[in-house]
Amino acid sequence: MATSYDKQPPAFYALIAALVVMSVGPVLLMFVNSFKLDVDIISGTSGLIFLPTIQNYETALCDVLWYKPDHVDHCSLKFGNAFGNSLIIALVSTALTLVIGCMAAYALVRFKFMGRDSVSLTTLMVRMVPPAVLLVPVFGLWNNEFCIGKTTYVGSLIRETFGGRGDVCLAGTHSGIILVYVAMNLPFVIWILQSFIVQVPRSLEEAARVDGAGPFQVFFKVVLPLIKPGLAAAAIFTFRIAWNEYLLASALSDRNTKTVPILIVNNMSEFNVEWGVIMATGMLLAIPPIIFTLFASRQIITGMTAGAVKG
Amino acid sequence: MQRATANRLTPYMFMAPAVVIMVIALLYPLGYMVWGSFRDWDPSQTIGEAEFVGLKNYITLWHDPNFRESLGVTLSFAFFVVTFEMVIGVGLALLLDRNIRGMSVLRTLFILPMMIAPVVVGLMWRYMYHPTVGTFNRFFEAIGLPTVDWLGANALMSVIIADIWQWTPFIFILSLAALQSLPRSALEAARIDGATGWQQIIHIKLPLMMPVLIVTGLLRLIDAFKVLEVILVMTEGGPGLSTEILALRISRTATEFRELGVAAAMSNYLLILLLFITVMMFAFTRWQEMRANRLRAAVEGDE
Repeated sequence: MATSYDKQPPAFYALIAALVVMSVGPVLLMFVNSFKLDVDIISGTSGLIFLPTIQNYETALCDVLWYKPDHVDHCSLKFGNAFGNSLIIALVSTALTLVIGCMAAYALVRFKFMGRDSVSLTTLMVRMVPPAVLLVPVFGLWNNEFCIGKTTYVGSLIRETFGGRGDVCLAGTHSGIILVYVAMNLPFVIWILQSFIVQVPRSLEEAARVDGAGPFQVFFKVVLPLIKPGLAAAAIFTFRIAWNEYLLASALSDRNTKTVPILIVNNMSEFNVEWGVIMATGMLLAIPPIIFTLFASRQIITGMTAGAVKG
Repeated sequence: MQRATANRLTPYMFMAPAVVIMVIALLYPLGYMVWGSFRDWDPSQTIGEAEFVGLKNYITLWHDPNFRESLGVTLSFAFFVVTFEMVIGVGLALLLDRNIRGMSVLRTLFILPMMIAPVVVGLMWRYMYHPTVGTFNRFFEAIGLPTVDWLGANALMSVIIADIWQWTPFIFILSLAALQSLPRSALEAARIDGATGWQQIIHIKLPLMMPVLIVTGLLRLIDAFKVLEVILVMTEGGPGLSTEILALRISRTATEFRELGVAAAMSNYLLILLLFITVMMFAFTRWQEMRANRLRAAVEGDE
């Protein structure tokens, strides 16, 4: 038999409905407004009765559309480019963080080695560092120190191939932003994955080792498949941070490596906000996390509880 | 013989990539920042060219009324946000901890606000708070109430409300998980002894949930100091300095005022504050473990 459910008073359902409206309402409002013309948003006489239009999305995506929309004379918003940058940065940094973090978590759980305690303590401590604190040093280092001189062999090669002047630095490149994100997310990923790896029965690993598997084979063939739920949770959280982050990306990117959050903030700070277009870009930025939430909410919740409860 | 060396090296091989990346992009920058905070440092200079000024940046900041105000705003933001979110989140968890249909759908909808980019959250709320076209003021006008100057005179409150909207679900989900893993026997016993709903909550559920709640609250507190984008998009720290939290002030000092040394010193103040909270959290979990071990030992001793 299926589980039976308790019957609740109507007031209870009213409360739940109110909560749902409160949490989803603002997102829906943005969704609806992104299909309105600015005139409709500002006049506001009709809340729900309006002619939906995709003009805002056309304006936002004008640099990747195959046709030229009538209402756009000059394509100033390079949204498509920014979206591509966001995608590359978020995907690459998520993949790197997972692989590296997984190996580190495994070593911390399964091996006793010199310096293990200090590594795990440091990992826990750096979790609290806010991105704003990294702003100053990362800006300084990525611009001045993590560079290849233009006179060296590799530096001159890069300058000849890609053009540009001055030394070749990490700032302004995708790899520069990816490096910060990987470092920033590693402590969290290691922390979450540890609690999943602990649950893998040791006997399984030993059996594999008796059959002649090396430590790396044991890790990739036995442990990894068993901690898939943990990997999914960690992947979602890492992707979310890399996809949504603004501050460090804005300090490190140049005109061509801008991500979507930077584009939105730049357009918001202008005096005359074009609400329709801005909401369309906001919606496009919000879609990937919304999809994740709808399809993997169980993993997200598992990851959240594992991250907080297993201190 | 070779096999033995390989085995001894294995953990280091597993750890190496993570350690290298964290040292290059996290620990070295933090050290660099501490080093830079003792210098009169301009973005056009490399750190070597900047003049060494000792503790000057720290002392100037300590006497700077703007920094103090910003610190006050940060502390009160963190305090109110965590307090309200804990009360509402735990309250909702106690209320909704029932066997109802569609609980998983509900949880999915509740975590939606947390997953959306802070920049977008700021954008939504800035629209809703808009003095003339915004949702709230329009609604107030429609039902004949006076409109509110959300992002003007009441900016800090409005920012706090937006954060509560985004992060209460976090507390809710964690306390619901804690509630559902409580030992059923204790609740059963209380019910048989005739405890009312309130008595069960106050004497049994809350005390048993307390360890999780404290860790959750401290985690949320640490995160409250990281909030930046939502406020940046909504108010840019204004009007005046009324919503300029420390993270925002650091970024403005570095990019607008171009005083990297001062910004570094400010970052260090923030780090010290967070370090204090983190150490408290560690101490608490250690103490909790020790107490649990002692209890277990006592129980085993009795048997």
